[in-house]
Amino acid sequence: MQWLKQLFTRRQIYSDLSDEIQQHLAEKIAALVADGMSPKEAAYTARREFGNVTGIEESGREAWTWPRAESILSDVKFAIRKLKKSPGFATTAVLTLALGIGANVVVSSVLNGLILRPLDVPEPASLFQVVHGKDFFNTQSYRDYLDYRDRDPSFSGMLAYGFMRAGLRAGKTAVQGWGHAVSGNYFDVLGVQPAFGHFFHAADEHGPASAPYIVLSYDFWRLHFDSNPHVLGETIELNQHPFTVIGVARKDFHGTEVFFVADYWIPLVNESQVTGFEDLPYRDHYAFTVLGRLKPGVTPQQATHSLNALAAQMAKEDPKDDGLTALVRKPGPAGDEQDPTKKALLGILLLAILVLLASCANLASIFAARATDRGGELAIRLAIGASRWMILRQLLTEAVIVSIVGAAVGSFFARLLLGALSQLQIYGDVPTHFMILPDARVYLAALALAIASGILFGLLPARQVWKTDVVQAIKTGCLETESFQRFALRDVLLAVQIVVCTLLVTASLVSVRGLILALHVPLAFQPEQVTLAQADLRTVGYSGEQALPVQKRLLDAAASIPGVSAAAVSDGVPFLGGAGWFVYRWGTTEFLPSHRAFGAYSFLVTPNYLNAAGTRLLAGRDFTWHDDGGSPRVAIVNQTFAHKLYGDKPPVGQRFALWATAKYEVIGVVEDGKYGSVNEDPQPAMFIPLAQGVGEVMSTSATILIRSRLPQDQIAAALRQKLAAIEPGAPFTLRSWADAIDLSMITTRAAVTALGVMGLLAAMLAVTGVFGMASYSVSKRMKEQGIRMALGAQPVDILRSTLHRPLLLLIGGSCLGLLGGVLTSSLWAHLVSFATPRDPLVLAGVLFVMTLLGFMATWVPARRALGIDPARLLRE
Amino acid sequence: MMILRSLRRQPMHGYALVQHIKQRSNDLLQVEEGSLYPALQRMLRDNLVKAEWEISASNRKVRTYRITPAGVKHLEHEVSSFEQMLKGINLVLSPADS
Repeated sequence: MQWLKQLFTRRQIYSDLSDEIQQHLAEKIAALVADGMSPKEAAYTARREFGNVTGIEESGREAWTWPRAESILSDVKFAIRKLKKSPGFATTAVLTLALGIGANVVVSSVLNGLILRPLDVPEPASLFQVVHGKDFFNTQSYRDYLDYRDRDPSFSGMLAYGFMRAGLRAGKTAVQGWGHAVSGNYFDVLGVQPAFGHFFHAADEHGPASAPYIVLSYDFWRLHFDSNPHVLGETIELNQHPFTVIGVARKDFHGTEVFFVADYWIPLVNESQVTGFEDLPYRDHYAFTVLGRLKPGVTPQQATHSLNALAAQMAKEDPKDDGLTALVRKPGPAGDEQDPTKKALLGILLLAILVLLASCANLASIFAARATDRGGELAIRLAIGASRWMILRQLLTEAVIVSIVGAAVGSFFARLLLGALSQLQIYGDVPTHFMILPDARVYLAALALAIASGILFGLLPARQVWKTDVVQAIKTGCLETESFQRFALRDVLLAVQIVVCTLLVTASLVSVRGLILALHVPLAFQPEQVTLAQADLRTVGYSGEQALPVQKRLLDAAASIPGVSAAAVSDGVPFLGGAGWFVYRWGTTEFLPSHRAFGAYSFLVTPNYLNAAGTRLLAGRDFTWHDDGGSPRVAIVNQTFAHKLYGDKPPVGQRFALWATAKYEVIGVVEDGKYGSVNEDPQPAMFIPLAQGVGEVMSTSATILIRSRLPQDQIAAALRQKLAAIEPGAPFTLRSWADAIDLSMITTRAAVTALGVMGLLAAMLAVTGVFGMASYSVSKRMKEQGIRMALGAQPVDILRSTLHRPLLLLIGGSCLGLLGGVLTSSLWAHLVSFATPRDPLVLAGVLFVMTLLGFMATWVPARRALGIDPARLLRE
Repeated sequence: MMILRSLRRQPMHGYALVQHIKQRSNDLLQVEEGSLYPALQRMLRDNLVKAEWEISASNRKVRTYRITPAGVKHLEHEVSSFEQMLKGINLVLSPADS
């Protein structure tokens, strides 16, 4: 630490020194004058006897400087000069490293932003999520939440929130907004403060619909209320129910979700007023995410244990909690072992590291080649007295400079790409944010990684310097005097590169093949030529019972558009809405968790829906308008549903129940399809007449489907006009069904793109690697080949002798890489469904690509080898 | 070595140190007075001496150097190794008793 102190006190030391010298001179002059000299003469003598004041000051200062630093500085200057002199080498090395670093910065930033980053709340480390232990529900029922909150001692506070969408109206402003319905203690447990106004508290809740308050998010307030500070106390209508604005959240508070940005928060006790869903009374209705702050000293394991004891107690008190278990884990995808995004990102990160490895291998061979080329210079420096350590230090400095510049360039382009990515809005009108811009930690890690790989791989050629025989090197101008036949470091590097490249090419091809297969998965509906218009009629004030006539009017209007071949209304369609219910066998009297048969997708539809959607009816009949509230309840189920509940018995005429007042008879069976995502396993699904509703629940959601051969924009315009004539205030979203499904596959596409890009990068690196090796081999043996040609060697012999090593490496490396790909195929399964490296088409594709790469990389060197003119070569 | 030896006798400032060394050596050692200062700086750096601004007997503001315990130790070490060297030289230069 001494030197550090000196660094800061140096200025003081220097001024003390010159003061002291001045004082010395003054004293000397005084003494000389006292001896009888004239002042002028005395000053002159004093100076003469003292010596060169500036020089002495300087050499005095030198005692304090840091000779190592100065010499490093000169090393750096020299390295920069050297690199400038060989821009080709410098650019290649920097770009190679930048590729690897850039890929890693992008992937790790996304991973950091989406998965690892804690929530933007004070003390995120003590905040945990309470999920179900055994079944895979991440959400809780409100009644269970209350018990957990009030009866468990492990938490200092526990909050619950659900998602909601509503139409907001204030004065002339009318918008759709997504928000959270939250428990009264939400803000207090999180420990956040409002930008202005105040938040609501637990004390504001006094039973259902008792707290009509709303807190706006900063961005929502800025966007839709023009940053008006007088918004406090104003009334905003949510689906036409009045709420009072009491506060605006701070700019950096976006709620407690990773992707989702809340536009507003209302007390959970007022939610059903707005949405019409009775989310609160049922113990088996899991609608809320529950987060809690653990008391200091309590571990998540202890809390899990304690909650499970409580859950067992609760199950005794209420059979609806039968089998309830709890697990305390980190909130969001970070704590979720099964989270698909997390798995995919970790997989892609692994591949990014492979790309870095490939680029490091490339870097090492570039450095090795350079050290060889500089052999003469290095040998002369050794000969005139530079120590090996000094030469090494010089090479090291160069490697570090290349690393730093490479890291900077890579990070810069990664930052540009991430900037573009973070602007994506992939969930339609749901407000999302991707906080994936790299933070200081990512940049630092990138720099450390770059320097480490630069030093490690830049120093591989150092072995050459160490073993140099100076005399020999000066004679040949080349460091590497051993025979080229020996198995060299370069061969290992190249082999590594080819293996990694093959792995990445395999990954790209697997993912592309997976995407192609996914696009051709039978959906059991034909989304092409179907236009959808979606809105919740509750946002314009209709309740469940009032909605049906409106839905019928909308349907009639849509069906009357010329060119429409089929039209229907439903509460949602596959990939866009729909609900899920637990199914019980007929004859169940107690609807308890342990009696559930399974959960099934449910769609409430009008007659002719199957026709409009293009779903095939396999047995039974479609609904008619006579299947309404007054007639027996009926349902159409899919094959999986039928098989799970009735086995091989013919399903038509069988019955099932959802709860005591929702019992159905099966009147038709449809083919199995996809309902939530293309890569889901076969799921049970049921279709129920919109006019009957599920039990007492009538839907206010309206999804109007029209099938038409006319161009989509034309039909959309006509539809919009018709709908506006009937319900001018309803905020209909129009889109083509096919587009919406494409959008739902954006993560798959992103993964495919990422893998494709990495495959391409790796391929580029491998081509340069093989190319470099082949050219080197050709130029090294130019003379020898010339002689052989002169002695009558055939072109094929020349090719064999110059290219057999790179080709051998290429073939061996490819086989190894392919083997690795096949052996790790279970890993790929996290990234892509449908395809594995075992797929023969993929295997063939990889072999083809590698052959092509090999051909590309060796073409030019081969031409050069064949173009050798023995006569000219020998004359030289 | 000479500087440390002088400072061990009594703390002094730069000018006094020069005069002292000149006197003691009977003007045999004719060096530039200034060359003392780089040497003092190195000793300061190595913590062999300490320096403080004080008012001298002649009422001047001077920077007085004092030897530190580390300096004493260093001096002893230097002196002994110098004596060793001197002994060696003497042995070599003394007429061989052949």
